[in-house]
Amino acid sequence: MPLYLNDEQTMLRDTAKDFIAEHAPVGHLRSLRDGNDPTGFSRDLWKQFAEMGLNGVLIPEAQGGLGLGHVEAGVVLEEIGRNLSPSPFLATAVAAVEALKGSAQAERWFPGIVAGETVAALAIDEGAKHRDRIAMTAERSGNGFRLTGAKQFVTHGHVADLLIVAARTAGSPDDAEGVTLFAVPKDAANLTATPERLADSSLAARIAFEGVEVDADAVIGEVDGGCGPLDRLLRAGRTGAAAELLGVGGGAMDMTVGYLKERKQFGVAIGSFQALQHRAAHLYAEMEVARAAVLKAQQLLDTGAEADAAVSIAKAMTGMATTLSVQEGIQMHGGIGMTDEYDIGFYMKRARVLAEMFGDIGFHADRLAKAAGY
Amino acid sequence: MTDTDLDTFRSDTRAWLAENCPPEMREPVRSDTDVCWGGRNFAPSSPAQKDWLDRTAARGWTVPDWPKAYGGGGLSAAQTKILREEMAAIRARNPLNSFGISMLGPALLKYGTEEQKLEHLPKIARGEIRWCQGYSEPNAGSDLAGLAASAEDAGDHYIVNGQKVWTSYADKADWIFCLVRTSKASKQGGISFVLFDMASPGVSTKPILLISGYSPFCETFMDDVKVPKANRIHDENKGWDVAKYLLGHEREMISGMGLASGGRNPLVEGAIATIGLDHDGRLADPVLRTQIALFEVRAKAFAAMSERFIDELKAGRAHPAQPSMMKYVGTELNKDRYELMMASGGSDALEWESERSRTGAMPRAWLRTKANSIEGGTSEIQLNIIAKRILELPGA
Repeated sequence: MPLYLNDEQTMLRDTAKDFIAEHAPVGHLRSLRDGNDPTGFSRDLWKQFAEMGLNGVLIPEAQGGLGLGHVEAGVVLEEIGRNLSPSPFLATAVAAVEALKGSAQAERWFPGIVAGETVAALAIDEGAKHRDRIAMTAERSGNGFRLTGAKQFVTHGHVADLLIVAARTAGSPDDAEGVTLFAVPKDAANLTATPERLADSSLAARIAFEGVEVDADAVIGEVDGGCGPLDRLLRAGRTGAAAELLGVGGGAMDMTVGYLKERKQFGVAIGSFQALQHRAAHLYAEMEVARAAVLKAQQLLDTGAEADAAVSIAKAMTGMATTLSVQEGIQMHGGIGMTDEYDIGFYMKRARVLAEMFGDIGFHADRLAKAAGY
Repeated sequence: MTDTDLDTFRSDTRAWLAENCPPEMREPVRSDTDVCWGGRNFAPSSPAQKDWLDRTAARGWTVPDWPKAYGGGGLSAAQTKILREEMAAIRARNPLNSFGISMLGPALLKYGTEEQKLEHLPKIARGEIRWCQGYSEPNAGSDLAGLAASAEDAGDHYIVNGQKVWTSYADKADWIFCLVRTSKASKQGGISFVLFDMASPGVSTKPILLISGYSPFCETFMDDVKVPKANRIHDENKGWDVAKYLLGHEREMISGMGLASGGRNPLVEGAIATIGLDHDGRLADPVLRTQIALFEVRAKAFAAMSERFIDELKAGRAHPAQPSMMKYVGTELNKDRYELMMASGGSDALEWESERSRTGAMPRAWLRTKANSIEGGTSEIQLNIIAKRILELPGA
């Protein structure tokens, strides 16, 4: 399989590009923020995504989806990133769908996701830095389990219909095994979600589980066997976040290069200055390398090949390239780049959030080093 | 060609390589003298090296995607990719390193007459003639179009006078492809692309000693050298087109330097060997560990970029200026890699003459990489090209 988009994927990208640029451009994010919108995204837009068929991109055709792969999901995510569109797409249509796929829970939740009626959130992180450690417990209780612990950085967690929760049914926090994944409905008792607005004006919740009772059938896959679906969720989430970062970095780069061509100083376009040309050209090269790394990870996931290293490379590389892109973006815009009125600052804030999500540059570089035995 | 045909090609290729690639040719090249360059004065470093060249050349597999009529293998892009993958899988050495293959060949295929192709390409494919490149001059490096070496019209031939510099292996090459000025009317429009035998009367070379202690580069002097007009590629004064096309291929070749050699990772292995692992199984120097890990992210992402670039090139989808981006990133990465190898090696990597260090192979290679971002167009020139031709930023 050649390492570029095929004709069908290119068509999907063009469709997503037009649709998202029209319905959810950066101005959409700005108006949600200015209105202090308590949801953090538009339910109407989520419905429209569903009407386009996009929500089911990774759901098998037999279950009402498009039955496509991570390359196609990434194509949509890149456009979401380019337009900074607040959307539950990454958590719901990509990460949660991958966790649920093939489990009994899929039958229950997929129809709502495909229809744009269900939003899922991921209760995975327990500290300010993403890591593999899971301390939250799920004890057997009656016919089901009793969940106790806390999660944070749960995007859309305060309005989600479904929480995918990783909890420990055996072992101690640093063990790799003994984890079980649960599908928890939002109306569960003893569950408190406290939303906090983040730097990029999105909302993420801290969630307290104070003895939340769930039925046995809330288990996704096997008890103590949560690693399988959790790994799938994380691979998809990390690769998806990388694709969205690619869009954020690419959008910031396009905006910056456009500015270099139009802004005049000393009587000429500032883009004619070699100092700025070299910075822009270096940035372009970094973004191209990141783009190749992301597509490589997506293709490996889609072919079912061993993809762990490629996923970490994609997430770390897009973290580096996009951080460079937004920083150079503000620098090359000069003073106007520091103003709230101008959009480039929104890109910097979104890039910071996505770079942290599912593990940052250091987390993934460390993961690669460990896997390579050093 | 169907997938089944390609599967058959793969298994046939695998079987042929298993049979024909000598075990000695499946070990990494240990020094420059170990590399097979071919040429009139070719002295194989081992019988295995000669066998490997002869066997691949007989199938046209030194240049698998060239037409058979010119000594190539006549393979499709997909077959060529399979051959490269299968060779990489057994860590087979490149049977023939050649500026004829990587640089002149593509230019001849595009701009040469049928007669010129039949004359030169098969000899390149068989490694019979070793080529060097006469581009840079003492006052025309990055500003290559400012070159002055002149070719005066003398009827059916030119009389060439002038000096070239940084001519890689000019003292070992048989023929040179050379840029000469045939008109002063315009800077880029007055250049012609000619070929001549280095044994021609009036050609002399002088090696340039480098900081690595080696002298792969030469100064080349041309004093009333007679060059038949039949040896001119493309039209008179149109040599710049050929030169630019060829530079694209040179940049592609150099960009390959940023790629880690397949399989085991010498950088990581070297660091573990000298520094060791701590109780948690991590490299005992945490700062170096971080630097290596971040470098590995970039190097592996660049490997994906190289794969993508080759795929796009084959499909005719690559931006014509993309080799500049590949060259820029690849060479900067290669310099970073050697800085880290030196840091990992510590004082062992500083030995310059000892037998243990194979006469300072590591520090000499480290110093050699410093030229990567200068030769074939500096990093700054590549950034200029990206800015102007890809990002379309305005001229200064």
